[in-house]
Amino acid sequence: MSLAFDDYGRPYIILRDQGQKKRMKGLEAYKSNILAAKAVANTLSSSLGPKGMDKMLVSPDGDVSVTNDGATIVEKMEIQHPTAKLLVELSQSQDAEIGDGTTGVVVLAGKLLEQALTLLDKGIHPLKISDGFDRACDVAIKHLETISEEIDIQANEHEALIQAACTALGSKVVSKRKRELGKIAVTAVLDVADLARRDVNLDLIKIQTKTGGSVEDTRLISGILIDKDMSHPQMPKEVNDAKICLLTCPFEPPKPKTKHNINISSAEDYKKLYQQEQQYFIDMVNLVKASGANIALCQWGFDDEANHLLLQNELPAVRWVSGTDVELIAMATGARIIPRFQEITPEKLGKAGCVKEVQFGTSNERMLVIENCQCTKAVTILIRGGSQMIVDEAKRSIHDAICVIRNLIKDNRIVYGGGSAELACAIQVLQYADEVSSVEQYAIRSFADALEGIPCCLADNCGLNPITSVAQAKSRQLKENNPRIGIDCMELGTTDMKEQRIYETLSSKKQQIQLATQVVKMILKIDDVIAPDDY
Amino acid sequence: MDIVGNVLPQVLKDEATEDKGEMARLQSFVGAIAVADLVKTTLGPKGMDKILKPTGPGQEMTHITVTNDGATILKSMYVENPAAKILIEISKTQDEEVGDGTTTVAVLAGELLREGEKLIQKRIHPQHVIAGWRIARDVALKRLRDISTENDINSQEFHDDLVKIARTTLSSKLITTDRDYFADLCVKAVLRLKGSSNLDYIQIIKLPGGTIRDSYLDDGFILKKQITIGCKRRIENAKILVANTAMDYDKIKIYGTKVKVNSMDKVAEIEAAEKEKMKHKVDKILKYQPTVFVNRQLIYNYPEQLLADSGITVIEHADFEGMERVAAATGAEILSTFDAPERSQQVLGHCDLIEEIMIGEEKMIKFTGCKKNEACTIVLRGASTHILDEVDRSIHDALCVLITTVKNKRVVWGGGNSEMQMAAACEEEAKKVQGKQAFAIEAFARALRQIPTIICDNGGYDSAELIQNFKVELQKGNQTCGLNMIDGTIGNMNELGVKECLRVKEQALMAASEAAELIMRVDNIVKCAPRKRERA
Repeated sequence: MSLAFDDYGRPYIILRDQGQKKRMKGLEAYKSNILAAKAVANTLSSSLGPKGMDKMLVSPDGDVSVTNDGATIVEKMEIQHPTAKLLVELSQSQDAEIGDGTTGVVVLAGKLLEQALTLLDKGIHPLKISDGFDRACDVAIKHLETISEEIDIQANEHEALIQAACTALGSKVVSKRKRELGKIAVTAVLDVADLARRDVNLDLIKIQTKTGGSVEDTRLISGILIDKDMSHPQMPKEVNDAKICLLTCPFEPPKPKTKHNINISSAEDYKKLYQQEQQYFIDMVNLVKASGANIALCQWGFDDEANHLLLQNELPAVRWVSGTDVELIAMATGARIIPRFQEITPEKLGKAGCVKEVQFGTSNERMLVIENCQCTKAVTILIRGGSQMIVDEAKRSIHDAICVIRNLIKDNRIVYGGGSAELACAIQVLQYADEVSSVEQYAIRSFADALEGIPCCLADNCGLNPITSVAQAKSRQLKENNPRIGIDCMELGTTDMKEQRIYETLSSKKQQIQLATQVVKMILKIDDVIAPDDY
Repeated sequence: MDIVGNVLPQVLKDEATEDKGEMARLQSFVGAIAVADLVKTTLGPKGMDKILKPTGPGQEMTHITVTNDGATILKSMYVENPAAKILIEISKTQDEEVGDGTTTVAVLAGELLREGEKLIQKRIHPQHVIAGWRIARDVALKRLRDISTENDINSQEFHDDLVKIARTTLSSKLITTDRDYFADLCVKAVLRLKGSSNLDYIQIIKLPGGTIRDSYLDDGFILKKQITIGCKRRIENAKILVANTAMDYDKIKIYGTKVKVNSMDKVAEIEAAEKEKMKHKVDKILKYQPTVFVNRQLIYNYPEQLLADSGITVIEHADFEGMERVAAATGAEILSTFDAPERSQQVLGHCDLIEEIMIGEEKMIKFTGCKKNEACTIVLRGASTHILDEVDRSIHDALCVLITTVKNKRVVWGGGNSEMQMAAACEEEAKKVQGKQAFAIEAFARALRQIPTIICDNGGYDSAELIQNFKVELQKGNQTCGLNMIDGTIGNMNELGVKECLRVKEQALMAASEAAELIMRVDNIVKCAPRKRERA
């Protein structure tokens, strides 16, 4: 901590508990921040692309997860450094907004920071750097839009969507089955998509995991799968033409919110109360029964007596259905969620073709499937795999693929992957740099270098010589004026990404560049870090 | 510090560690291979057992487990290495999914990684290794399915197959000397289920005493409970009412109720009312006209006496599982309310005879001639609880495999035959593939071949020679050859009757290759700072 002294040589106390704080200023602060952020980006950079590697993360409790998903890696790394945490948030906001490209955005930010470091060493003011980055970013975005292409998502049985999903899945452990899983994801999204409004409510796609089998056994269920079974072992395991009564009140006597006491002072009261209690249960079951429902799903529990009454009245029931499942079922079957028994009416029941129990493996695990719902606007993807880690990773991968497809339905413009879009932008930014006469020119040029870093990184991960392959691709792009030349990661013999059909959504790419630039600008603006000493 | 001399700021938390590249890979390989080596010696008919000792003060010697079951060993181990945890995880999944092959799956994954490590040392990129493994796995799986055979479920051949499969599974366990006896027992139990896969119907009762040979299959249902004193000990043609209801006193379920009285008389009155309520309940139960009353919860003296007076045999405190089984076996409904005596025909369960029997020194209740004849009980006897536990695990394995076989119907030859066939298929494929992947395919074949090799080694035979002879025999076109672990030669599996379930092998192959791939793909291990635990 640097100290200020007064005329008598006594130190000024400026901050509270000054002695216990540490402080970094000026260039030292810039560099420390940039290095920390770069460290995170470096960790992620080997996960980029179809041949990227995975990370094994051990949680504080010793649980292991293996993943390739950028957002998950940085989240589970439990990063402590304040600036590095900004990158975590960067990845998460990409995840929240787009769902895919979470690794790419961090790597790009890392490359930008790397460039910023050299510029700082040259003595360029941080604000000039960030201004230059900003202008370069605008140029890149504009160019992205010009090179983007609209695709027909309907054509050829949604082939374009499947390809885009495959691109997203290509870098994951499930890549061997990317075509099958891609198809599942596309079908799932199209089932629930509102094509007229170009919108997809992802809540309607439930992803359920179950260990056992293999990733190949993953399948799409046109209905809802819930991890529950019938409340009484002797209730029927299958209900056809189900009329579903969806309850959010327990099969119990009412519990008023206000505190009250019922005092029993005589045997007569006691008997009366007993009778009333019996009546409650009978009424409840009758109300459900009278509405014509033939299955009751309840968010709460019910005791043995109610359970048996239901069985006796041939009314299968499921208890402790989770809140999200209740909502999903309501949407899918057209049922209204009923909070009080008195309000059950036939119109409020949901309809489904079939509700049945299915069993897995030897250890008697059962689940309920609700099929052929009235409004078939909900689907479940049941993911199987050899172990919990694989299943979890498959879930994350499918989530990414679903997000990509959703983005394509919203906005059907694509750019080509394999680093080709970044390279094309880099060329454009470089041209623009020469037109700028101020100091920013250097920053803009560096931005172009940073963009080139992405294909470089891709080539590196695929075991190609990064410098040679990027140089080749760049010269071909310029020579043929073809922005689709990228890195041939899969060694298919062509560098034209259109032929390889590596599709990425325009929205994701745009977002990546914008978000990365923003974060870098933010980091560049920090010139003073004050933190408690023991932090 | 980095190369330029900048001091790198600390990004992760204090005690967190990060290993990259070679270091990370080395860590996973070492961990996974160590786990595989640990369970390796239990593989095959001549595999050895392990003693598992719990940690913690005061129980070092009390709760030890002796077992040969891979999943049990791995589950009880505490490991810190993340890759080792993945292996344990797949073994658990194998146990849940098919019940057997839990050691095989861990050993196969370990061997794959051992081969993978060699390839990495040769500077082949992990992604190329994975690409090769994927090709190899598909080829192996195809061959495995091709060599499997299927028999009609009702035929005598299928029944023979089942016995053979059970024998093969049991031969690696403690009860290997009595495997014929137990194989027969397990097959009978499974066939009673008539295609249903609900293992709940097969009850296993373990009673120390006697020898393993004294174990038997009882076609009735045995409940480990006693008949209440003062009731008949033998009921013929019983009508059983199975209930889950409070028979101590009925709680008032309406919220906020309190009993408040102002004189002693009132207390007596309420007590009488309570009693009357109970009597009322008993009366309602009596209307169903049962001869036996089974309740999950405990029964107080008063209702017990009332029921006994009416000549009803009372069994109280039946546990939840037991009660569900009684209900399933006798075809009874589990009742909690008693307002519909007219449905008595539907809700009561039936069985020809209920009697109290003595097994060893324990009294139990046996239900024979039940309405639904699927339930049965396997009574295990043995010299100590450790032996019984191990026999229980072995029987459970065998039952799981049998049920899987009944569902899947396809079988393959045992004795390492399927692994050798798959390895041969991979090697043929390797000759056709261009590029570095071919090395990985060959490695996959070698890993598969390790399984029979380990089986030989465990038996104390010259594995190098045996496996080579085995290879030659297969090459000659002898499709049914395999390891004869009794003589240490290559024998005919058809004559020896060694068969295995296809589904078990499939699952082991798929899970092991998936796990190996998962570990292979890792190039960075981040360990978070362990959560601080306050010592109580």
